[in-house]
Amino acid sequence: MKDRNHLGNIGLIHQVNIIENGLIDIPMLQVLQPNGSVHSKADLPEITEHCALKILHTMQYIRLLDERMVAAQRQGRISFYLACTGEEASTIGSAAALEPQDMIMSQYREQGALAYRGFTTKEFMDQMFSNQNELNKGRQMPIHYGSKTLNFMTISSPLGTQIPQASGYAYGQKMAGLDAVTICYFGEGAASEGDFHAGVNMAAVLDCPAIFFCRNNGYAISTPSEEQFAGDGIASRGIGYGVRTIRVDGNDVLAVYSATQAARKIALEHQCPVLIEAMTYRLAAHSTSDDPTGYRSKDEEERWRLKDPVLRFKTWIDAKGWLNKEQNLEFIEQTRQEILKELKLAEQVPICPIEQIIEDVYDTPPWHLKAQLAELKTHIKKYPEAYPKTSGRL
Amino acid sequence: MAKMNMLQAVNNALITAMNDDEKVMVFGEDVGHFGGVFRATSNLQQTFGKGRCFNTPLTEQGIIGFATGLASQGSVPVAEIQFADYIFPAFDQIVNETAKFRYRSGGQFSCGTLTIRTPYGGGIAGGHYHSQSPEAFFAHVPGMKVVIPRNPYQAKGLLLASIRDDNPVLFMEPKRLYRASVGEVPEDDYQLPLGKADVIKLGSDITLLAWGAQVEIIEKAAAMAEEQGISCEVIDLQSILPWDIETVCSSVEKTGRLLINHEAPLTAGFASEIAASVQEKCFLHLESPICRVCGLDTPYPLAHEKEYMPDHLKTFEAIKRTVNF
Repeated sequence: MKDRNHLGNIGLIHQVNIIENGLIDIPMLQVLQPNGSVHSKADLPEITEHCALKILHTMQYIRLLDERMVAAQRQGRISFYLACTGEEASTIGSAAALEPQDMIMSQYREQGALAYRGFTTKEFMDQMFSNQNELNKGRQMPIHYGSKTLNFMTISSPLGTQIPQASGYAYGQKMAGLDAVTICYFGEGAASEGDFHAGVNMAAVLDCPAIFFCRNNGYAISTPSEEQFAGDGIASRGIGYGVRTIRVDGNDVLAVYSATQAARKIALEHQCPVLIEAMTYRLAAHSTSDDPTGYRSKDEEERWRLKDPVLRFKTWIDAKGWLNKEQNLEFIEQTRQEILKELKLAEQVPICPIEQIIEDVYDTPPWHLKAQLAELKTHIKKYPEAYPKTSGRL
Repeated sequence: MAKMNMLQAVNNALITAMNDDEKVMVFGEDVGHFGGVFRATSNLQQTFGKGRCFNTPLTEQGIIGFATGLASQGSVPVAEIQFADYIFPAFDQIVNETAKFRYRSGGQFSCGTLTIRTPYGGGIAGGHYHSQSPEAFFAHVPGMKVVIPRNPYQAKGLLLASIRDDNPVLFMEPKRLYRASVGEVPEDDYQLPLGKADVIKLGSDITLLAWGAQVEIIEKAAAMAEEQGISCEVIDLQSILPWDIETVCSSVEKTGRLLINHEAPLTAGFASEIAASVQEKCFLHLESPICRVCGLDTPYPLAHEKEYMPDHLKTFEAIKRTVNF
């Protein structure tokens, strides 16, 4: 690949031949058919029963969590939520193919990957209620999770910013000689940001062991992908940047799992980036602030509902004889109860005391922050009823 | 001690830091074997290898994004933005990412080991895009530190302190002094404290405050004023964020007058913040309005560079106006 950077290795033509769109026709890896049966010629990944069931349980857990939290937002209990319905195979299947020491840098719709890593219901709820138990100290909107112990980088809202950061993180892992890679998730809309181009190109040039995982879910809020780019998806850009690339069916857990396993191996062995484009569909609204009926048809949604990634995988597990239906129903009921219980507990927990408002801006608060806090506390004491969440503890 | 210009002092600081800690990595556009367009990174790649000193593609947002991620991983990146005029593609990374990294994660993650070096300022016939002084933009960003040295000695000591400080630091180097400023610099490892101003000369009638290349301008104006019997106290602020309000205010309480000089445009420049804070703290000590001698509120002009600059003559006139108010 890098030889082509040298002018001397470029072949010559002697007639005008402008390369047209569509010359790169990148195929899509599919292992499971939409009905859950295996393609006859497909390579099945090596996957244990334990891992398969953990993936299924995480998918089912996330469905329940999403459903409950969208309802909680509608009830006015939390300010905002963002479901990942339809994309569970992409995020959970890829997370399952990684090792715990691998860093995850996500966009904001990857709660499946986080749950797979072991983020607890209590941790989810504490974050969404911004209470004092929350790992990020209640400083960001709901769904901006982060966990140092789980190697899941705290989410930020600006789109695509994590992409060059992932290149840098992976470079550090390489320089430290770690047996670890960085996976970076983003949507096809975020791939229009300059940071995508900067980050992927830097990873390619600087040989960073990063996996760039694009969830091409068809929409950036209301903008369909055909109004986002004219090329052959995001995969074609990987090739353009000299990055090893694969396109997978993002609703097929086994395809996502296989591709990510292979990508991890390549990234470590060759110390290089790999790009995966997962073709999927955002069955959910963009967020609870969005209403998709204004920009897409019910028919379109129905067509994708038939490709439901959870049902597809469950059918395969059942055919393998790994599914105990009774136990699974019990798991779902227990999960439902746990989510309700933790939601009720988390919403009772107070927010952090006011002193924390100036912590973590710097390693230690400088003089001007201390002065501003002192002034603020005096003011709150004067009008305690106007600041009920913090005045009680002054 | 050795005689060094500011570039040699910066280069020496980088060598010192890289020798001291193998996690220190230096990168940016053209910083590799070429040693940077100003040669601040000369011989670093040859000495420390391509893994620790390397060229990046030409993308400022990429450089800072990469550096932020690398810092959060545990390395100690020193990223170069070739000219401060070109830092704006990285503005989102610095403002929304670098500066908020620790706060937004509740202290779980940090990119505090990051230092961003960038040459800034005018006086080199650089026109619009090789002359700007954008420190005030970054002084408005909680979580960042902004540091500017005035000579080779300060440059080495402050740069080493910036690299080792556990907060992201924007280290702005006055490029018109790169070769013009020469002085004695210890070859040993030393640091100068961040957040502290340096009182260069004591005086009793007026306090003159500047940073970077403008410090020598206010020193020159002070010498002219002294000849007319006006005693000037001269202070180099050194750290723009957080800044040393204590040193500035105790000087103003003594002299009763303050003049602030910076190259950046007047409106919403950092002098505005200093003036507002000082009048709050020292209102009853002030004998005259706080005076600002700054660049014009125009883009940085090429042909009118001399006229644009807040030079020693403009400063001298402002001193007289302020003292005779």
